Amino acid sequence: MPPRLHRVAVPLLTACLLTLATACGGGGGDTAGTAAKPGEKIKLTVGLFGDFGFKPLYEEYRKTHPNIEITENVTQFNDHHNNLVKRLATNAGADDIEAVEVGYISTFTAQPAKFYDLKQYGLDKRQGEYLDWKWQQGLSKQGGQLLGLGTDVGGLAMCYRKDLFAKAGLPTDRTEVAALWPTWEKYIETGRKFAAAGVAGAKFVDSPGEIFRAMVNQAPTGLYDDQDQIIVGSNPAVKQAWDLSNQLTSEKLTAKLAAFTPPWNTGFAKGSFATIICPAWMTGFIQEQAKDAAGKWDIATVPGGSGNSGGSHLMIPRQSKHPKEAAELIDFLTSKENQAKVFKEEGTFPSIPALYDDPSIQSFTKPFFGDAPIGKIYSAAAKALKPQHLGPKEAEVRVAIGNGLGRVEQGKQTPDQAWAQVLEDVKKIK
Amino acid sequence: MSSLPLAVARRRHRRGVRHTLDVRVSPYAYVAPFLLLFCAFGLFPLAYTAWVSLHDWTLLSDEHAFVGAANYATLLADGYFWNAVFNTLSIGVLSTAPQLVLAIWLAHLLNRPLRFQTLFRVSLLLPNVTSVVAVVVIFSQLFGRDFGLINWVLSWFGAGAVDWAAGTATSHVALSTMIMWRWTGYNALIFLAAMQAVPRELYEAATLDGASGFTQLRRITLPMIRPTIVFVVVVSTIGAMQIIAEPLLFSASTGAGGVGASGGPDRQYQTLALFVYEQGFTKFDFGYAAAASWLMFVAVVLVAGINYLITRRMRGGLA
Repeated sequence: MPPRLHRVAVPLLTACLLTLATACGGGGGDTAGTAAKPGEKIKLTVGLFGDFGFKPLYEEYRKTHPNIEITENVTQFNDHHNNLVKRLATNAGADDIEAVEVGYISTFTAQPAKFYDLKQYGLDKRQGEYLDWKWQQGLSKQGGQLLGLGTDVGGLAMCYRKDLFAKAGLPTDRTEVAALWPTWEKYIETGRKFAAAGVAGAKFVDSPGEIFRAMVNQAPTGLYDDQDQIIVGSNPAVKQAWDLSNQLTSEKLTAKLAAFTPPWNTGFAKGSFATIICPAWMTGFIQEQAKDAAGKWDIATVPGGSGNSGGSHLMIPRQSKHPKEAAELIDFLTSKENQAKVFKEEGTFPSIPALYDDPSIQSFTKPFFGDAPIGKIYSAAAKALKPQHLGPKEAEVRVAIGNGLGRVEQGKQTPDQAWAQVLEDVKKIK
Repeated sequence: MSSLPLAVARRRHRRGVRHTLDVRVSPYAYVAPFLLLFCAFGLFPLAYTAWVSLHDWTLLSDEHAFVGAANYATLLADGYFWNAVFNTLSIGVLSTAPQLVLAIWLAHLLNRPLRFQTLFRVSLLLPNVTSVVAVVVIFSQLFGRDFGLINWVLSWFGAGAVDWAAGTATSHVALSTMIMWRWTGYNALIFLAAMQAVPRELYEAATLDGASGFTQLRRITLPMIRPTIVFVVVVSTIGAMQIIAEPLLFSASTGAGGVGASGGPDRQYQTLALFVYEQGFTKFDFGYAAAASWLMFVAVVLVAGINYLITRRMRGGLA
């Protein structure tokens, strides 16, 4: 092809192809992946749910990569993941880097064709650093491709209000509090004592929903078995968690405030509940929501042994025009140093075990939580973690069960009626 | 020499063709933009939705198996679907009926020489221009269980805290209030416009005869604006069949079932449109959602059809 013709034909052809691709609504033309010329400005977008504490990192990244411009798009948890599904299906609108929470990770790793394989960009070199199960979660179902790199893990702990505990005549020291609840039964018993003391305007716990999730996450298997079959109806651990959660309701220990709703936020500010299940990332939430309550919250170990609740991965959808640059940014955001930094700022706990014994983490305390040694608490929780297999419709199953707990909480059904309906609902999930 | 008349004839003929073309084709050209847009955004989605509804179609996979009417069969046996139908009708009636009465009353109040007339009229429209998100967020706080204004007022009279979002009836009342807040003023303005077309002489004569304000409203105003009433009724019912934003946001901003789009943990206020949204955009079951939206379309057509029959009757009665 003569050079002049080439110069005209290539953009023309690209334009035609692009128009065609958009006209067909997702023909899926793989026009991406072209390396940027040096010195060219590149815009990367990062899609998150909630604050990941990445903002200072972007600033830092810009110093070494002056040609990269980073925009962060934050949406609510449910919207974020639903939108991502839509954007993948329509092949338009996804960000260059998308955060995916662990409840949805299997949904997306089941679609390896929609994401870049990060091995292509050499990120498999990071495998040795990661918790093995966290690494595995980011692999495609058949295991061949590396689709997501982990950010944080949600090792469990229990946060409690010291002032409310004192009012109820309960101990306030975190080791004594931890000794109150080695098991969930003991936790409920403590709740009973708290309720008996009659602290005005305060219940023992916010709502049973997150407690249920934590209890299920502590079991060796949860909502799915290893073959991706839903085992809600047959797993005794799930039924036990259900019964204990409803016991909280029937004994009137909950403030009936569903997590992440505006009334729940108000509840934080007003001190409507004395305990809340505290995966590491929750500490950031509490700090944000209960600004006036500095020094009143403290952290103790969780009843019933360790478990993981939450945590995320970063993925690059096929739509991204700059996968190479996005992969570099992911490598940076999830690096050992930066995970440590984010933990200290935002509370999300690293998924890199080498950090757990790091003196700077081990000695890390937070004044907001009465100088609780949160580094030590969450390291211990993360080390004791037994990973659990998560299925593709994890989030949907959780919604069905959450609604069941809600029906009991609102007094619409008995726990048995609600359980029967949950099983019906779950059966319909394809 | 004969070429000249021939040329003239040809030219005339050409002009004639151009003229017929103009008369025959131009009208279509003029309405073409609308038709094209209507096909692209009205007809095509409708047909495509019907096509999708015949498939096992999820957003998560690229394969769509043809299943015939299976989605419709499942849907008609789905208790949650009928629950949504009931909620839609209940919220629709609860919001539309008092709304129209209120709107007529407001219009009647404004249909007289008043100071600051424009101010009153503009303020009627204000709730309608407020974003629905703002309205629902504010009202959800008013209807809050623990710290809501309404429960606080009720507590003066010794009433216990009402969990508005939890109950079926109470949540319907709360949602209807939001809908009424947004649309009463708008409908009042339409009524007001119709009332101003009623000849003044009728009122003057009635006043001379000693008819009270209320009698004038009942005997003169209402019969004279009947076509407008019917129009507003039809439009409001169609609107009521499609309520989605209010319940969706209500569930997100109250504690009751903030998860998903189920409209409360017991689906106590899940409307039809919200049911479609839940199936399509949180469960990604597009085939099922498409079938549900087709049935919803049929329901809207049915309701509109019934209203059309009433309209014809009433016009006949007036003429």
